[in-house]
Amino acid sequence: MMDRLDVRKTYKLYIGGAFPRSESGRSYPVFGADRQLLARPARASRKDLRDAVRAAREAWKGWTMQTAFNRGQVLYRVAELLQGRRAQFVQELRDAGAPEPEREVDASIDRWVWYAGWSDKVHHVLGTVNPVAGPYFNFTFPESMGVVGIVAPETPALLGLVSRLAPAVVTGNSLVVVASESRPLPAITLAEVLATSDVPPGVINVLTGFTRELTPWLASHMDVNAIDLTGVPEDQLDEVEAMTAGNVKRTVRARVDDWFDDAVAQSPYAVTALMEMKTVWHPMGA
Amino acid sequence: MGDEIERRDKGAVTATVPWEYAAAPESKEIVRIQDRYGLFIEGRFVDPLSGRTFETINPATEETLSVVSEAGPEDVDLAVRAAEKAWESSWRDLPGRERAKYLYRIARSLQERSREFAVLESLNGGKPIKESRDVDLPLAAAHFFYYAGWADKLAYAFPNREPRPLGVAGQVIPWNFPILMAAWKLAPALATGNTAVLKPAETTPLTALLLAEVIQEADLPPGVVNIVTGAGETGAALVNHPGVAKVAFTGSTEVGKIIRRAIAGTGKRLTLELGGKAANIVFEDAPIDQAIEGIVNGIYFNQGHVCCAGSRLLVQESVFEPVLDKLKERLGTLRVGDPLDKNTDVGAINSAAQLSRIKELVESGIQEGAEIYQPECHLPERGFWFCPTLFTGVSQSHRIAREEIFGPVLSILTFRTPEEALEKANNTPYGLSAGVWTEKGSRILWMTQRLRAGVIWANTFNRFDPSSPFGGYKESGFGREGGLHGLEPYLDLVPR
Repeated sequence: MMDRLDVRKTYKLYIGGAFPRSESGRSYPVFGADRQLLARPARASRKDLRDAVRAAREAWKGWTMQTAFNRGQVLYRVAELLQGRRAQFVQELRDAGAPEPEREVDASIDRWVWYAGWSDKVHHVLGTVNPVAGPYFNFTFPESMGVVGIVAPETPALLGLVSRLAPAVVTGNSLVVVASESRPLPAITLAEVLATSDVPPGVINVLTGFTRELTPWLASHMDVNAIDLTGVPEDQLDEVEAMTAGNVKRTVRARVDDWFDDAVAQSPYAVTALMEMKTVWHPMGA
Repeated sequence: MGDEIERRDKGAVTATVPWEYAAAPESKEIVRIQDRYGLFIEGRFVDPLSGRTFETINPATEETLSVVSEAGPEDVDLAVRAAEKAWESSWRDLPGRERAKYLYRIARSLQERSREFAVLESLNGGKPIKESRDVDLPLAAAHFFYYAGWADKLAYAFPNREPRPLGVAGQVIPWNFPILMAAWKLAPALATGNTAVLKPAETTPLTALLLAEVIQEADLPPGVVNIVTGAGETGAALVNHPGVAKVAFTGSTEVGKIIRRAIAGTGKRLTLELGGKAANIVFEDAPIDQAIEGIVNGIYFNQGHVCCAGSRLLVQESVFEPVLDKLKERLGTLRVGDPLDKNTDVGAINSAAQLSRIKELVESGIQEGAEIYQPECHLPERGFWFCPTLFTGVSQSHRIAREEIFGPVLSILTFRTPEEALEKANNTPYGLSAGVWTEKGSRILWMTQRLRAGVIWANTFNRFDPSSPFGGYKESGFGREGGLHGLEPYLDLVPR
């Protein structure tokens, strides 16, 4: 009697809430720790990236206008679903050769919860009422920047991604994420979690493919407001940073040695770094 | 081209000034301008190694005021090294309490000598004395005073972080608010424990050089502030110097982008305060007379040489005509002329180059089909002048609706619904400021939430304060100056 054959998964992109293959028809092989072929995920093209930016821009309009409380709940819900998929993430990370898969998944879920709670609190910490010398009520508060590109760190594939994605999305930005090139599968599984959560389609878009190829397109795209360059290889940084000048993108780049260390790997300043500060003046008079 | 434009007057209303003003000139006697200025490096005025100098003029008369040194790369290098040395040997480790006292001294000195500074500012830059006297100088002093108080309280500014200074700040400032921009740059940099090399704009170096005197008198340790005069090349040498840890630039979006590219990959920290094309939005229920004053202040303040100027007026269709009539009438009462006259509302254009840019854009407005209106204007024979101008029939595709003119030129568009106003207001790559005029509080907040700009003035315009963060969205730059938020660009926030 024959054993039952596994049904294998096709790993695709996540754009606008759907899972398309690359329009280019390209894929690339991803190998595990013992060099076995794990999958052939999509190798995203420039067109895929542009589609993702368009989806993100459209989704941003609604997401940024949600109440902070609502976004906090929606993202907390994602953590609930991550918990439910814990075993799958552990297996994928183990297959990919992650040294501490259980610990990484647990830390990722906890980090997600931590950031979800900031949705309605960064305003207290870094918003201000300004005592101007005149009869005006004057205040400054943070709000979302718009579309943010995220080049995720190569490793840890899940914890690194979550650590950069969660602070960016919690305040109403929408994202185009370039996943770890060598370990992209947890990012696609995360996309599946997002697709079944209450995060609106297009708020988070996930591309797999060649980081060196995708990053310049993201950095030079005129409708991307900011970019997280954490996963950009050191030798490509000059070129990519220069490209961000085209539309005066904000750039951030985390330098984290130990992604498990909460003291350095998570921070409300990572949230506000991808927010704009808006100052409002209004006269006071009877 | 320009002469033709200046005489054009298609307006229905030619407002007349109901009374004559006697000349009321502010005395120049209070200012002593030296024949020649060196570079201010390590606490002393030194001759430039470059051997080069340039003349600085009064744009209202085209007379030469003084000869100023042009810092070459070797001079900039000296200045940066002096700043590095001062940072390492004293300033970095000086208790915040002591840094504060130096800044308080500078603030007080600016107040004591405010008239002298104001007159010099108007002489060198062309802005009306009533603005330099009542806006630029009080704000500049207040800025030092405000940040002085932060110097010994930084530990309370950013929860759970240890604030550390970055090192040498290279700061490049524009010609529209010379002393005020120097204060915006130097005060937070010094309060946070950085040292600085400041490059004033080539057309307006004199108040920065007078500030150097103030700094000497304050006994600031030599090298904590260095001032290098020159043009674009000097600025480039400064921002590209490897000893500079932090670059702060205020100026055009074009140059901002060049700087961004130039320092890519260097790890230098950067803040940019760039151009704007602000929408000033007037709803039908606005207090119209107040709004008219706000519109005039929004675009004709400082000859429109203001990055956050309300250069696009969006008027609700139902009140377009009364707003336009009142605006034309008000334009006719603006007094254009001698910056040192205390009655002057609109002074001289800062430079010949800027005047020709304004003329070029105004000409494009006419060519593209917008309708120009200028009141009767008697402009002086010499100097650089431009009559306050407005355009009606402007469409969003016109250059005068898209590009920063940086002159006293207003483009008027109309809208019907709040949604349309928003759509038009946000339809620009810039995002520095915006104005909203309406008596309806909920509408103000609704608009405020949706306007993509860093500063929103509701029922007012062009207000500034050291405690109030200022800075742009999108291509108007990044980072904030003023307030708590103005400290962050000069600090490394290390996890505790």
